[in-house]
Amino acid sequence: MSEHTTTADETLPEALAALRDDFLAVPERDRLQLLLEISRELPDLPERYANAPGMLERIEECQSPVRAFAEVGDDDVVHFYATAPEEAPTTRGFASILAQGLSGLTSAQVLAVPDDFPFMIGLTRAVSPLRMNGMSGMLTRAKRQVREQIAARA
Amino acid sequence: MPAPLDTTEKIAAYAHPDRLVSTDWLAEHLGDENVVVVESDEDVLLYETGHIPGAVKVDWHTDLNDPDLRDYLDGKGFAELLGAKGISRDTTVVLYGDKNNWWAAYSAWVFTLFGHEDVRLLDGGRGKWIAEGRETTTDVPTPEPVEYPVVERDDVTIRAFKEDVLAHLGKGPLVDIRSPQEFTGERLHIPDYPEEGVLRGGHIPTARNVPWATAVAEDGTYKSRAELEAIYQEGGLGLSTDDDVVTYCRIGERSSHTWFALTYLLGFDKVRNYDGSWTEWGNAVRVPIVKGDQPGEVPAHLS
Repeated sequence: MSEHTTTADETLPEALAALRDDFLAVPERDRLQLLLEISRELPDLPERYANAPGMLERIEECQSPVRAFAEVGDDDVVHFYATAPEEAPTTRGFASILAQGLSGLTSAQVLAVPDDFPFMIGLTRAVSPLRMNGMSGMLTRAKRQVREQIAARA
Repeated sequence: MPAPLDTTEKIAAYAHPDRLVSTDWLAEHLGDENVVVVESDEDVLLYETGHIPGAVKVDWHTDLNDPDLRDYLDGKGFAELLGAKGISRDTTVVLYGDKNNWWAAYSAWVFTLFGHEDVRLLDGGRGKWIAEGRETTTDVPTPEPVEYPVVERDDVTIRAFKEDVLAHLGKGPLVDIRSPQEFTGERLHIPDYPEEGVLRGGHIPTARNVPWATAVAEDGTYKSRAELEAIYQEGGLGLSTDDDVVTYCRIGERSSHTWFALTYLLGFDKVRNYDGSWTEWGNAVRVPIVKGDQPGEVPAHLS
């Protein structure tokens, strides 16, 4: 490998790389099941969000409503919170991947996550490219929210 | 032999009462020999969380599309898919799904492209079945594969392509079933939200806007025939059953729901779904659009 090549391994934070490896380690047909398991791990919202859901951005149209927010703490550590209805397990799965993969990173690490991370985890064919866009959108929004909070502090 | 019809009063009143079944009917006919229940959802994992006992899954995105052609699968692919699901040519297929049956209706439309005779929708879809506390299971059936004939897809009778819609302008009604904001062009794009990516907002010239949900009652079932007539026919949109109608939305799924209502519940003779819909039209080169809440005129060079 030439030193100019940047592989995903070098750029992906540990938790995201581990999630990706978990997906790629199982045959394509079992990846949906894994996504379902991960969807069940989506943590409940912390109380301050659960009691004031307006603090989360809500987006709704053709696809399932999801509320999500990437919060940058005073220590520059990011936490990603999201909630989606039970009847939207795929959306919950995407949110859960980001909650596990982004939470605990610094703001700079979150902003460095490749925009095409959702297409690195081997789900595109099993889930469909159009649906994977849902996860890309979530990641894009999370990064924007992080940028806005950093800008507000500067 | 086709399964018996649902004879409840509401369903019997529709133009084609053999196309819709109630949750009561389905509960009674689960496990009937020649009935296969098929779930088609927006959410690709929903079936796995629990489904109607015995139901098989057909996903519109991953099962019914050819990823390379940007088209539906061909006759051979369809035969393989249905055969593997234990569906024969004479099987009664009952489709249901999430989101008020959007994707179930879209699958019903694709099944109909292949002329599968007995395709029915579960009135109220997955939501109603669950709301009524009816049984679900995570057991995935393993149907005995059967022979399904290779039938050529009919892309003429109920399907419209962009060229067909251009030729249709000024000659027959167009029903745009998207939200009013999408129709006027006010909403093109939801910031950072996954959507299909459209360059222009608005609607196809002469299209009238009747959002799909207008046809749906509070419990997710279709409204009664009389109510639907008041929406689409005299006193409403003013369509008549012999009109040549084209429906569209953003990618063709919500408009399948309206295609189904016009064709089977109201008995329209010729309704085509433009499945390219706004995702294609809004991006196509040298294709006119209209902004605002009026249907607009056909440009002179096209009329």
